[in-house]
Amino acid sequence: MSDIDEGLRSELQRQGIWVTSMQELYNWGRKNSIWPLQFGLACCAIEMIATAASRYDIARFGGEVFRPSPRQADLMIVAGTVTKKMAPQIVRLYNQMPDPKYVISMGACAISGGPFKQGYNVLKGIDRYIPVDVYIPGCPPRPEALLHAFMELQRKIDEQKLTGPRKAEHLDPDQPSEFPVPAFGAHDLEPAANADVFQPMKIERNQ
Amino acid sequence: MMESLEQIKSRIESAVAGAKIDIVPNASPSQQSSLLIDNEHAREIAKFLRDDPALRFDFCSNATGVDWLDRVVTKKVKVKKIIEGAEKEVEETQQETILGYLEAVYHLYSITQKHGPVIIRMRTADRAAEARLPSLTPIWRSAEFQEREIFDLYGIRFDGHPDMRRILMWDEFKDYPMRKDYREPDDYEYEPTPHDDVLEKAKQHYAPRPQLDGAENITAQK
Repeated sequence: MSDIDEGLRSELQRQGIWVTSMQELYNWGRKNSIWPLQFGLACCAIEMIATAASRYDIARFGGEVFRPSPRQADLMIVAGTVTKKMAPQIVRLYNQMPDPKYVISMGACAISGGPFKQGYNVLKGIDRYIPVDVYIPGCPPRPEALLHAFMELQRKIDEQKLTGPRKAEHLDPDQPSEFPVPAFGAHDLEPAANADVFQPMKIERNQ
Repeated sequence: MMESLEQIKSRIESAVAGAKIDIVPNASPSQQSSLLIDNEHAREIAKFLRDDPALRFDFCSNATGVDWLDRVVTKKVKVKKIIEGAEKEVEETQQETILGYLEAVYHLYSITQKHGPVIIRMRTADRAAEARLPSLTPIWRSAEFQEREIFDLYGIRFDGHPDMRRILMWDEFKDYPMRKDYREPDDYEYEPTPHDDVLEKAKQHYAPRPQLDGAENITAQK
């Protein structure tokens, strides 16, 4: 659709002719019908529930119903502290979701471990095992922040290409849609992070 | 009005034959001294505390663990010595090493008598991985999960517990994280403003120079 001149399109629209493309229609449908997976981990889940309830009402933006099965969901909202004991189950749930699937990492804990970062029992961010599309900072983020992240995700879906070399990941058979589930080790999860998904930050100093 | 700990102690000793009880003093403002009971008679003592009509400790509100490392205590002792031919009494400082042990602490209340708490303690012989204590879950059912938590975090095994498994960490986990000599896995990651223990960890991975370049000048790169 990007091939069509915007001016020409609006001129045609004024004449009663609406021009679109397969990609635009497809993405428009997808982004306005995102079904999140229904699960919460900690206090962020309370904000997520508030977002889904009548006052903030995520369904206004196409958030629809929270599904109790990963088979019926296309968005995983990791809302809260991911303990190391919980991490394998989260990765397994992600693997069970059908493509295309997206992940919102909600709150300080899901991003980096938050206040529990230096502890022995909390994962230092869910992006160690699965790819994350949108991060929301906050402790916990307010419902408005989750709505904003949700709209950012919609923008991201809207820009995904169906064809060509830069087409969306879920249309590329070479891109993985499942990730290895970490195992419970004697001292820590094994591996502590999936090297294909995550590399720890390196420090570079200005001299 | 609840009996004093001394009264409870003497009543237990007369009711349970062979029971050895010490009062562990607590000089802090809370003044909550506790009863150190011997492991052999622990369950009989607990049963007495629960069933005695005047005490009736029917509610175990909390059970937790304490890890005591080996420690050296300095004491001043008066010793008789012969100095310049005459016997004199001299004060000497002696050092005594107390070997480490693990402790389980139970807080007991009575709902029917409306009094409490009475705190009872049990000590293991040492800090070995297989340290054992008798379980008080058969007396107070509410101790079940808390004894499992003590086992999970301190590594005390409770004999007679109906379900002695880890409760918070996974079964394959080998360490006891609340022990004072526990070292967590070395997976330190960059923090912009490390301090205290985290600063010590950070120094092992890179040299922070907060006074030189400030946290805002340390940039992280993928």
